[in-house]
Amino acid sequence: MKMRRRRILSGLAVTGSAVTLAALAGCATVGGKRPHVLVVGAGWGGSTVAKYLRLFSDGRVDVTLIEPEAAFVSCPMSNLVLAGRRQLSDITIPYDGLVRHHGVRMRRTRVTGVDVEKRRARLADGGHVDYDRIVVAPGVDMMWDQVDGLRAAREQGRILHAWKAGPETLALRRQLEAMPDGGTYAIVIPEEPYRCPPGPYERASVVAAYFKREKPRSKVLILDANPYVTSKGALFKRAWRELYGPMLEYRSQHKAVAVDARRNTVEFEVQDDVQADVLNVLPPMRAGELVVRMGLANANARWCHVDFLSFESTVARGVHVIGDSIQIAPGMPKSGHMANSHAKVAAAAIVAELLGLPVNPHPMLTNVCMSYVDDSRAIHVASVHEYVAAQKTFRTVPGSGGVSEAPSQLEAATNEAWARNIWSDMLS
Amino acid sequence: MGRVQMVRKVRLVFAAAVLVGAATAQAQGSGSVDPQAKRLYTRALAATCAHCHGTDGRAVEGGASIPLAVQSREHLLGRLLAFRSGARTASVMHQLSRGYSEEQLQELAAYFAAQKGEQGRNGR
Repeated sequence: MKMRRRRILSGLAVTGSAVTLAALAGCATVGGKRPHVLVVGAGWGGSTVAKYLRLFSDGRVDVTLIEPEAAFVSCPMSNLVLAGRRQLSDITIPYDGLVRHHGVRMRRTRVTGVDVEKRRARLADGGHVDYDRIVVAPGVDMMWDQVDGLRAAREQGRILHAWKAGPETLALRRQLEAMPDGGTYAIVIPEEPYRCPPGPYERASVVAAYFKREKPRSKVLILDANPYVTSKGALFKRAWRELYGPMLEYRSQHKAVAVDARRNTVEFEVQDDVQADVLNVLPPMRAGELVVRMGLANANARWCHVDFLSFESTVARGVHVIGDSIQIAPGMPKSGHMANSHAKVAAAAIVAELLGLPVNPHPMLTNVCMSYVDDSRAIHVASVHEYVAAQKTFRTVPGSGGVSEAPSQLEAATNEAWARNIWSDMLS
Repeated sequence: MGRVQMVRKVRLVFAAAVLVGAATAQAQGSGSVDPQAKRLYTRALAATCAHCHGTDGRAVEGGASIPLAVQSREHLLGRLLAFRSGARTASVMHQLSRGYSEEQLQELAAYFAAQKGEQGRNGR
């Protein structure tokens, strides 16, 4: 395999025509090693791009994946852990499928810095990795400075976000379990864009279902910085009215500016303070720290503009950004499904460029976001997106997509199938 | 062994031809795209179905999603067109199928019908 690749590349290099050299311009290893792509972060985007770079290249491109965590923990479905309907182990998947089935090299460490000119990443374990292309998929980081006192309150374990599934999901579950019947759980939502638009409303719904089941005198309060429910609004509001009545209250235009952990109180820009027994505050979010440090966050110093044909950064050549860190196109949510979709477009484009093929001029994306409204019923929003060359962006295909008519058990089964298949598509 | 070498040689010549041709290709309509690039685009298009139906249409066992890789081309295309026209109801597919052109649905049906029908690996 190695031999064949070397012969193909060197064979081409000696043809020497300007056309061939131009075709290989994206590949820094002409006449030498096989092309090598470094992927940073093994979440929804990173895991998928690692697997699909191997698949789409039929193993002709080497892939190294850097991830500090031992296993993948899914944010989608994690609200069911909060509601006591799933265990954390149900949403935890090992990374070894990527290694065993697809030949991805994994290194369990962090990237501390990237020299874009030299195409070299420095690692926290003291080593470094050289690459031909790098795909950065760091997800989101929290803008702690936007809500006074929140970082300290979280570090004390008092006020959590649990917006990255894992131990914090369990910690918030314990707070809900410890809350006496008759207490109030409040979830505080930042202004758009944030990771997983329907996620906070699903969380409020399934926590309300848990209260209805086990603590019927308790209350769920949604304090939303936005002027309306940002996803599946009509469906959620109808479900809340019908299923939970006065148990669940929605308040718009509540932009949090500070918290007081001692009094379990959140302060808002305009509205009165709110005190709750369990306070779940989602801070405003931005692109992951690594891409900010790399200077790639060129959209309001918060998100990364990319060339949507390949998800290459508009700042740095040879650097691709996928998933929640990018400046989204119209109608494109920051979702796990969408990150998986970004990854496949990026993988196909990178493989094309490394193998000297033209990049697909008309890539497609899909998105399906499913949400539970109680223990057994779910709703969805779906869309299909196509690249439009004239506008250099993706747009929702006119006439495609839509939402559920009503919550159903069938959609809950579809949601379960979606989760199992997309986890397999990323990691197995 | 001799056959393998021959295959390699053929691939080498093919790859070289593809590379030289590719850089000059207009890459606009599907008619002008070389076969290796076209195959890559089709795989990427088919990957937009993998979220619910598994990689290459091999759905995880026991789920509610239909495994596409065991269906015939005619059956798949018939279903997709019926979802698209509204003749057949669905929870999500009537909305997703309207995002693809008829030509793309034909391409997808042909691709999945050509896949082996083994089960997808369960991630968990």
